[in-house]
Amino acid sequence: MNQSEWPLWEVFIRSKQGLDHKHVGSLHAADAEMAIQNARDVYTRRLEGVSIWVVESSHVHASNPDDAAAFYEPANDKIYRHPTFYQVPDSIKHM
Amino acid sequence: METLELTQEEQFQARIDADIRIEPKDWMPDAYRKTLIRQISQHAHSELVGMLPEGNWITRAPSLKRKSILLAKVQDEAGHGLYLYSAAETLGASRDQMLADLHSGKAKYSSIFNYPTLSWADMGCVGWLVDGAAILNQVPLCRTSYGPYARAMVRVCKEESFHQRQGFEIMQTLCEGAPVQKEMAQEALNRWWWPTLMMFGPKDADSPNTAQSMNWRIKRFTNDELRQKFVDMMVPQAEFLGLTVPDPAVKWNADKNGYDFGDVDWEEFWNVVKGNGLCNQERLGARVKAHEEGAWVREAALAHAAKRKQRASEV
Repeated sequence: MNQSEWPLWEVFIRSKQGLDHKHVGSLHAADAEMAIQNARDVYTRRLEGVSIWVVESSHVHASNPDDAAAFYEPANDKIYRHPTFYQVPDSIKHM
Repeated sequence: METLELTQEEQFQARIDADIRIEPKDWMPDAYRKTLIRQISQHAHSELVGMLPEGNWITRAPSLKRKSILLAKVQDEAGHGLYLYSAAETLGASRDQMLADLHSGKAKYSSIFNYPTLSWADMGCVGWLVDGAAILNQVPLCRTSYGPYARAMVRVCKEESFHQRQGFEIMQTLCEGAPVQKEMAQEALNRWWWPTLMMFGPKDADSPNTAQSMNWRIKRFTNDELRQKFVDMMVPQAEFLGLTVPDPAVKWNADKNGYDFGDVDWEEFWNVVKGNGLCNQERLGARVKAHEEGAWVREAALAHAAKRKQRASEV
């Protein structure tokens, strides 16, 4: 990146009240205010959003996909965390 | 039993074969990364340069309605370029470098935009034919193996169908108008038909990278397959409009359940690719000029942001 390139921002949009903000992509902007305005023009031209979050990409920390197998391994053998692990007699209702 | 150790590259291919998307931080072969950066940035460049032939008509659109529609369409194309540049950046490409490569002529963009837009009917043809061809190329890419690219394409395709419909509507209005308007529509079709067929790229026999790209699922149909689909789709639409496709070889072939059609002028195709089309210099010139004249805005915005940051820290 050279010095004149605007920083990169990740854009998150809430598509309607009651839903989570969801990552939609990224864009370049000089500051947060401009990032939000640009996000409106790039990602909500057809009423796709009612709220926008932006965060500078350099501030995002991510898990490493190479470690995924070991990292998520602890959940692998805990099938008792799911309701389907338990047998409920047929005569029992509402459970 | 002996277990077979798969190489990193074999594991990668196995994931693709199983239709598991590749995400930015996953391991990928260098050639996959490079090919994708080239393909995505070329596509982004095409969106950017694609604004110019239509921008030409914004001030001369025949009504306020048409002008508003054209403005919205050109703005969409800027947006499509931005979605795609940001997808390429997830592969490690820098925005400045991609733009520098476009401006120096090192990177290519779709040759179709090196043809001039001479009449209002050209706005119809660009939407109906050019965007129609683009949609055929792009819809399969919504399922491409690279996650950010596929997601960008979903967004692009959603917006592209408005582009094609507004183009068809322009053609239909002209064709239902005065004889001179219908002539204008036919004349534009005559000029755009062949260059649009060229958009699908060289014949399969002359496209040596197709097999690898299809293996990687960054291309899902061959150039000739898409060209055939396009002709099959467009000939009946031209007939509906009462227009004639400028190819005497076009004829329904019941055996293959598709149209036969003539051969593209490949010499013209390669000539335009090499930079000798009617508008290559004008398009690139306009792009570079816009970029250079915007330099002070980019610098001023950074200076303004730095000043505000400093003031906030002083309080």
